Amino acid sequence: MMVTVALFGVLTLVALAPIAVAMSASPNATGFVYGACLIVTLILFLLALHSLLDHPAASTITLPLGLPWLGAHFRIDPLAAFFLVVVNLGAAAASLFALGYGRHEETPQRVLPFFPVYLAAMNLVVLADDAFSFLLSWELMSLSSWALVIADHRRVENRHAGFVYLLMASFGTLTLLLAFGLMAGGDGAYAFDAIRAAHPALGTAALVVVLALIGAGSKAGLVPLHAWLPLAHPAAPSHVSALMSGVMTKVAVYGFIRIAFDLLGAPQWWWSLVVLALGGVTAMMGVLYALMQRDLKRALAYSTIENIGLIFASLGLALAFKAYGMHVAAALALTAALLHVFNHSLFKSLLFFGAGSVLTATGTRDMEKLGGLIHRMPQTAFVFLIGCTAISALPPLNGFVSEWLSFQAILLSPQLPSWGLKLMVPAVGALLALSAALAAACFVRAFGIVFLGRPRSYDAGAALETDTNSLAAMYALAATCLIVGILPGIFIDALAPVTQMLTGARMPVQTDAEWMSIVPIAESRSSYNGLLVFAFMVITGTATAFAIHRFASDKIRRGPAWGCGYPDASPLTQYSASSFAQPIRRVFGSLVFRAREIGTMPPPGSRAPATLTVQLRDLIWDFAYAPVANAVGLIADRLNYLQFLTIRSYLTLVFGALVILLTVLATWP
Amino acid sequence: MAVITDFALQGAQMLLVLLMAPLLTGLVRKMKARLLSRQGPPLLQPYRDLLRLMRKDAVLADNASWLFRVIPYLVFAATWVAASLVPTFRSGLLFSWTADLIAIIAVLGSARFFLALAGLDAGTSFGGIGSSREVMISSLAEPAMLMIVFAIALIAGSTQLSTMAAFMNSAEVGLRVSLGLALIALTIVAVAENARIPVDNPATHLELTMVHEAMVLEYSGRHLALIELAASLKLLLYISLIACLFAPWGISPAIIAPLPILIGVAAYIGKLTVLGALLALFETSIAKMRVFRVPEFLGAALMLALLATLLRFVSGSF
Repeated sequence: MMVTVALFGVLTLVALAPIAVAMSASPNATGFVYGACLIVTLILFLLALHSLLDHPAASTITLPLGLPWLGAHFRIDPLAAFFLVVVNLGAAAASLFALGYGRHEETPQRVLPFFPVYLAAMNLVVLADDAFSFLLSWELMSLSSWALVIADHRRVENRHAGFVYLLMASFGTLTLLLAFGLMAGGDGAYAFDAIRAAHPALGTAALVVVLALIGAGSKAGLVPLHAWLPLAHPAAPSHVSALMSGVMTKVAVYGFIRIAFDLLGAPQWWWSLVVLALGGVTAMMGVLYALMQRDLKRALAYSTIENIGLIFASLGLALAFKAYGMHVAAALALTAALLHVFNHSLFKSLLFFGAGSVLTATGTRDMEKLGGLIHRMPQTAFVFLIGCTAISALPPLNGFVSEWLSFQAILLSPQLPSWGLKLMVPAVGALLALSAALAAACFVRAFGIVFLGRPRSYDAGAALETDTNSLAAMYALAATCLIVGILPGIFIDALAPVTQMLTGARMPVQTDAEWMSIVPIAESRSSYNGLLVFAFMVITGTATAFAIHRFASDKIRRGPAWGCGYPDASPLTQYSASSFAQPIRRVFGSLVFRAREIGTMPPPGSRAPATLTVQLRDLIWDFAYAPVANAVGLIADRLNYLQFLTIRSYLTLVFGALVILLTVLATWP
Repeated sequence: MAVITDFALQGAQMLLVLLMAPLLTGLVRKMKARLLSRQGPPLLQPYRDLLRLMRKDAVLADNASWLFRVIPYLVFAATWVAASLVPTFRSGLLFSWTADLIAIIAVLGSARFFLALAGLDAGTSFGGIGSSREVMISSLAEPAMLMIVFAIALIAGSTQLSTMAAFMNSAEVGLRVSLGLALIALTIVAVAENARIPVDNPATHLELTMVHEAMVLEYSGRHLALIELAASLKLLLYISLIACLFAPWGISPAIIAPLPILIGVAAYIGKLTVLGALLALFETSIAKMRVFRVPEFLGAALMLALLATLLRFVSGSF
């Protein structure tokens, strides 16, 4: 029943694409398409919420589509319902934002038809219940988002981003195809039910996990498969960037969870070792890259990589606990991962919307040309600040809650018997702690350089506040961030059916705890109460303000900035994005990026300007991607002459190939 | 009745930390001066400074935004809340379960996040230099602090400060390598977090050496008073934390009886005096280090704390 309604919703979204094409000449097309998307995704959101909270039993349907002997299976179980909530909440927010933002688009006809298809595809991936529909939807999701990435195809860097994205997406789908092929076995049992029932051999299962980690990980942005992400996510229009970063990476996480936790059955302990290591490294590298970026949207994209690392680290812990039968601990780690999935979809969408509003208002994403926008765009600044606080894992907002749960899960892991994990978990814990602190630095920089200080360009000084629809979307997300932060117990309880399904246990019921605290295991062990922390901070803050204004002084005088007595003539003397990151670049960058600063000082009397050049190398690109690209280029060059042969040569080649194939076939055991 | 007493005790703790904080700052200043053979300001000077600052007009830079005016209250509130949640004279206070040690560290992180933003608001290069160095220092100090929390939490089996203090007061603790490492690391982090020598100098106004002072350079009047008070509270918090974890003697258990509480208060004041004196001694016997030596200093703390955690993972007996 549920799943039928959901499929109708998806069908409506797909049907919007031809309507968008038909309406492309009309000025109302933008409003109609995004409005319709908003309504449909809201319905899907409510439906998913309903099935997550009230219907733990799975709802399935088989349609006579796709492979004739298989049909197309769809299913909503608690895991799918949770990810449908994430997808459709993000999609609804993006549609609402686009109602305002989309009006500034130069070429709406290049975005409008693909947008609803993209939303439909993400829903379908989560709904799919057989390998064929899953892969088909996955590929549809990749292709529709690729079309959106190159919507502004006149810019050469966008075309480059699209090219890299297409390559990486096909590569990812290929590995997933192999993973499902291995799981389905020789008889082609592609339905997920059949895969669940068949227990693959240890070696096969291990290979499947590695392939799934590559396939889903490349879509999610795991280092070193992340190279496409910071290119593609910022290239798309901002509401699509928000969807790609906030939602599509979560669909990739869903793919991994579905395979590793559900389809493969009982995990091996060493899987978690790989996942934990990748997660920790991804978190650290992601945030360090983010700190080095000048482009606001690219910094946000790298920060997505960091958060994906955090999610995968928690997933790795959950796998480890599950492998050793510590079900309650596994439920805690999995809850931490899922809550962070939800949280990140909220604040990353919010931040991309903010970046989109800034882009519309000023025409640039380069932080070195922004500044002082808090005066020109106060509302955008306010909600962007909430997003920055939330993503920096600061209480009382939501990012902290999931981070805190991850740390609580780490504190349970000395009980794990394996030595590899005993050494790996503290190291990953240190990496997560480092990346959390660096994330705070990254978002002080992002907010401080873009919104505070004085405008660094004319456009930044002349910016105007963004429109109501965009603001409504951002306020809604910011409010949700705050609510999850101060009442996390409700959301943790909502995740119980999912952890019950995947780990066979759940966290204790949180809404029973006194004063809405969250208590992962026992109150004497650890507890956190976001509501009270928030209330205390608000009460003491306002009481202090009131007392001081009433009894001491409430007078304000304005004057030029003091700055130790040095008048700063030009706004360019302010700290810039690059100079803000300089200490951190010096501490971490010399190792990770081989960062070098080359300063030249002209001799006395010369009028030449002094220069400072910063060189950063992307070692992953240089050592993992560039050799492959070079090799492919080289082979292509060598094989080029095959294109200019005579017909006789081609016939000989065809004949030779045929003979070889037949020989192979004949001698095949 | 019990609820009223509980509320009163929690309120007493809040007032105690607020009132003691400037005194502790004054004490450290006085002792440092005496160690340098100077007379030094009177012990109560910080209170006078605060009252005077409160009464003065606040001068804002032309470019300062609303955020700049809100941040002092935010920073003060966050620091005060955090300081009230660390057990001082009695454990198991009414709201002690509101935030465990990880959350307390994160609340302090919120305060720092906003203070670093304030440094960027006026659009001067000094504010920028302060903020950017502050986040560099915190990007190492915060993970070090978390690893310290991990190490101690793994020994005590809890991140709840009251439980940790009770455990550290029991006979189960004994001498442990990981605790020793954690204590050294915590001392380094406390020195860095509170902008003390050798990481930063709270008394300096020499442009290129200051970190914390550069960040709050544009503040004046009541805003500056709040930030100074918050800084004092933070120093008190870290000293209380060290006292509560490594010298938990005399802390009253969670019972309502006047004598243990009196002993608790007396012990707390004694601990503050001793630790404040040690801080003064440490500060006068060491020179300030270059900014880019600080990461090595804090990196050592991070590594020690990681080692302590690792030892706990490897064997329960360390």
